[in-house]
Amino acid sequence: MIPISYIIRNIKKHKITSILTILGVTLVVFVFAGVLMLSNGLRATLVATGYDDNAVIIRKASQTEVQSIIPYDQAQLIVASPEIAPAKDNRPLYTNEIYVLINLPSRTDSTEANLVVRGITPKSFELRPNVKLIAGRLPQEAGSEIITGESASERFVGCGLGERVRFGAREWTVVGIFDAAGTGFDSEIWGDITQMSDAFRRPVYSSITFRMADTSQFTGMKDRLENDRRLTIEVFREKEYYANQSRTITTFINITGTVISIVFSLGAIVGAMITMYSAVANRTKEIGILRALGFKRLSILLVFFLESIFISLTGGMLGVLIAYFLRFIRISTTNWDTFSEIAFNFEISSQIAILAILFAVIMGIAGGFLPAVRASRLKIVDSLRSA
Amino acid sequence: MSDSMVNIFGLYKSYYRDSLEIPVLRNISLKIPEGEFLALMGPSGSGKTTLLNLLAGIDQPTSGTLSVAGEEISQLNENELAKWRSRHIGFIFQFYNLMPVLTAFENVELPLLLTKLTKKERKEHVETALSIVGLAERMKHYPRQLSGGQEQRVAIARAIVTDPSLILADEPTGDLDKHSAEEIMILLTRLNQEFKKTIVMVTHDPRAAEKAKIVRHLDKGELD
Repeated sequence: MIPISYIIRNIKKHKITSILTILGVTLVVFVFAGVLMLSNGLRATLVATGYDDNAVIIRKASQTEVQSIIPYDQAQLIVASPEIAPAKDNRPLYTNEIYVLINLPSRTDSTEANLVVRGITPKSFELRPNVKLIAGRLPQEAGSEIITGESASERFVGCGLGERVRFGAREWTVVGIFDAAGTGFDSEIWGDITQMSDAFRRPVYSSITFRMADTSQFTGMKDRLENDRRLTIEVFREKEYYANQSRTITTFINITGTVISIVFSLGAIVGAMITMYSAVANRTKEIGILRALGFKRLSILLVFFLESIFISLTGGMLGVLIAYFLRFIRISTTNWDTFSEIAFNFEISSQIAILAILFAVIMGIAGGFLPAVRASRLKIVDSLRSA
Repeated sequence: MSDSMVNIFGLYKSYYRDSLEIPVLRNISLKIPEGEFLALMGPSGSGKTTLLNLLAGIDQPTSGTLSVAGEEISQLNENELAKWRSRHIGFIFQFYNLMPVLTAFENVELPLLLTKLTKKERKEHVETALSIVGLAERMKHYPRQLSGGQEQRVAIARAIVTDPSLILADEPTGDLDKHSAEEIMILLTRLNQEFKKTIVMVTHDPRAAEKAKIVRHLDKGELD
């Protein structure tokens, strides 16, 4: 084998070409990793919104709370289920909520965006231990008072503590801010359910969420409730329910992102190919000497192949490293499954890092293959004769 | 037969330029006994380097038989030839042809990487070869840090480090000043006399040629 130091020192020797090629790969890998981190972050935010032992019930085939309607009589049957765990007050731990989309202008550019108003019950907090009031107080059952999630309070006009905001033909006062630990609830407005159903004239619930006493009973309970002829509902584990909500948008981001990355990568591959072809051209004589010393074609092929892979690997690792810092950027987008705005962070995972570096290596292989084959095919006599 | 290092019979070599056949070597027959030091002279284009390349197994004859170090090399395939070369041939070029990114030590070590020697054994061999050429102190230097004569001595160390049967030198003094050229010729003579190496050297330089035991002339593809 030709020593690795020969490969690495040759890369170092042609600094500018090598660096430019590495940067090309870095850029592509950065975009690729960034896109994956984007959809991963979105998914993670939504999945974290759900709790393992909570179950969510919505109207059959409505997919999300937006389209869901659960009449009061059906709700009464559901909350009588024996599988529901007791709350601190020994009554069943469930909450029936309404879920309405409204438009509010954003603080930054005053364009309007959708956000969720959730009518809650006192048990809503007990069911979601990650949601905590961080400023102000809870809204009273009477009166037009609301609390807002931390991101909603930052992003929408009138949603800060003590501010007033108009929707549902009423003016509401923000009396508290809650932190939902980076979950989807952070982008919501919460108010008392009675006030909300009055304001929006909705004498129905959108969803019922309850704590299961024993999560292993989930399947049996789901079967029983969904097959009950009096009910037209669907039962989900809360985690699964929120994961489903991220599916459309994450699939879209992943597909567009991958397509864009692949198109970009063609540029990087051509760059690597040009670099490697010129490396072969510059070292034609060296190739002849190595062959004359007794190195086989395969060794020569390997030298240039490894050189290309080494360059792309360096670029790949650099790309992932830079993409890592995207974690500190918080962005928001409309979730197309719920039509509401959601704020989240880019989120890296070891899987994404490996995938991105693998992508870089593939670029190196694609760019290095033809030049390496060319190098290995040179005739010894011809290459020795070259200047 | 067995004491012949090289045994060439009825050797022809021609190149094709488009469909035009250009004969380079015609009906060459040559026996070189083991321990010989042969200088091959002749004008440019007479086929000297082609003959040397054929002996090294990096070019194939058009017809004729060509036995080197006991092997009929015109019958070997590419990989067999590569293996055979690494065992039997030490090559010295006019322009030294060291790897610029490798140190003197690493350059000399290169052909040993094709052997089964351990790292420690390789180190011993390299040090021996470099001390024979008088460059033991320059092991860590890169080619650009060496003079032409020193570079050529490193190249000679690379050629002898595997203890090859046959050393082939293509104009080894062609790019050197008079003084360095003399040093190289003294070294080659020593390799022949002291280490009993068979050497075939192509040269234009009559002063270099007179150090050889036999001088043969090639002209228009034919041996005198």
